[in-house]
Amino acid sequence: MKEKRNLLIAGGIVGAASVVLVLLGNPANMGFCIACFLRDIAGGIGLHRAEIVQYIRPEILGLVAGAFILSVIRGEFKPRGGSSPVTRFILGACVMIGALVFLGCPLRMVLRIAGGDFNALVGLAGFVAGILCGTFFLNKGFSLKRTYKQTVVEGVAVTGIQIGLFILLLSGASFLFFSQSGPGSMHAPILVALAAGLIVGAVSQRTRLCMAGGIRDLFLFRDWTLLCGFIAIFVVAFLGNLLLGQFHPGFMIDAETAQPVAHTDGLWNFIGMLAVGFGSVLLGGCPLRQLILAGEGNSDSAITVLGMVVGAAISHNFSLASSGTGTGANGKVGAIVVLAIILVIACINTFGKSKESAPETVVVSGVKTEEAKLS
Amino acid sequence: MSKIVVDARGRACPEPVLMTKKALQDRSASYEVLVDNQTAVENVTRFATNHGWHLEVISQGDEFHLMITG
Repeated sequence: MKEKRNLLIAGGIVGAASVVLVLLGNPANMGFCIACFLRDIAGGIGLHRAEIVQYIRPEILGLVAGAFILSVIRGEFKPRGGSSPVTRFILGACVMIGALVFLGCPLRMVLRIAGGDFNALVGLAGFVAGILCGTFFLNKGFSLKRTYKQTVVEGVAVTGIQIGLFILLLSGASFLFFSQSGPGSMHAPILVALAAGLIVGAVSQRTRLCMAGGIRDLFLFRDWTLLCGFIAIFVVAFLGNLLLGQFHPGFMIDAETAQPVAHTDGLWNFIGMLAVGFGSVLLGGCPLRQLILAGEGNSDSAITVLGMVVGAAISHNFSLASSGTGTGANGKVGAIVVLAIILVIACINTFGKSKESAPETVVVSGVKTEEAKLS
Repeated sequence: MSKIVVDARGRACPEPVLMTKKALQDRSASYEVLVDNQTAVENVTRFATNHGWHLEVISQGDEFHLMITG
């Protein structure tokens, strides 16, 4: 019960922080969007040249640093990694490409639904379908193999990179790229964004909030606990939007006005989030959770975050990302390709022969010791 | 009377829970699940207690031994 209560509170805080960030300047329904923010950072350092989505989002530093600080305080900071890092990098890139076909990570999907964007409901259907695919493989024994202890450098690298970028942002370094128009030009004041990130990072570390985990646990274990956070984010953001007149139900706001940073291409909203759900379950968590784990010292999640940044660059350099007008031809091919890549990774890591010889389950009886391997 | 040991050290969420779930289907009298992170402790504890098992956590350095009994 205590865990559920904490998750409800955490979700409420995330929902409220999201509404406040939009009120103070972030693009609509984008108080938080891990995919969009990492994409903006990729643009900010010139990894892609899509001029409307370039900015060093302080929320990302806040999220990893909030998780880092709280995990150190709670004695949970542990540098670990080595669980199929290259596979995770590729999956991170695939998840990002899927998210940019839909135009948002799972967290922004919830915020979009809370803003009345029905296109995100189609995305949610795809996300749920993707999670079902992922849980099928988990039940069949999918694993990216075990992690090992690592050095402190591995554990703090991503937090360090974000601190460095933040210093560059504050110093106004002229070699950074900043959007003059479009979503990248819209942002809350730097310190507010950082503070919101720190708070959300800390509560997410404490409660293990995860957008993919909630639905996954419901399928796998009939456990509603993690889903509480998901639902609380929606409820609070929905009420906040209603209160501030930011709730506009429909696939379009009106005949001429599209939903903010969204498109009405239903099939591709579905397929984009299908890839995100599938990939997130294989990675063990949604993009938000990957950032939090990276803050806690998990270098597998750190490499996933770097994969997502590269995925964003690929997305915009190859015109895979959707725009307000819909998903282009490249994006459609890209979405199918990343789905195929995720499926191949799932199959190989589920049905492929493993060379790991150590038994995971050992039966110890009174007199003799038998060894049994999990089927 | 046998005890089943599940070694889920190094496994990331949700693998330790899945391994525990599979092991618990054998309905042995007692189990010991080894994990090495707090998330796994919480997740396995929640799963086991939700399914009517009794669970005790023994912390040993970086590792946790979760003793599960019926």
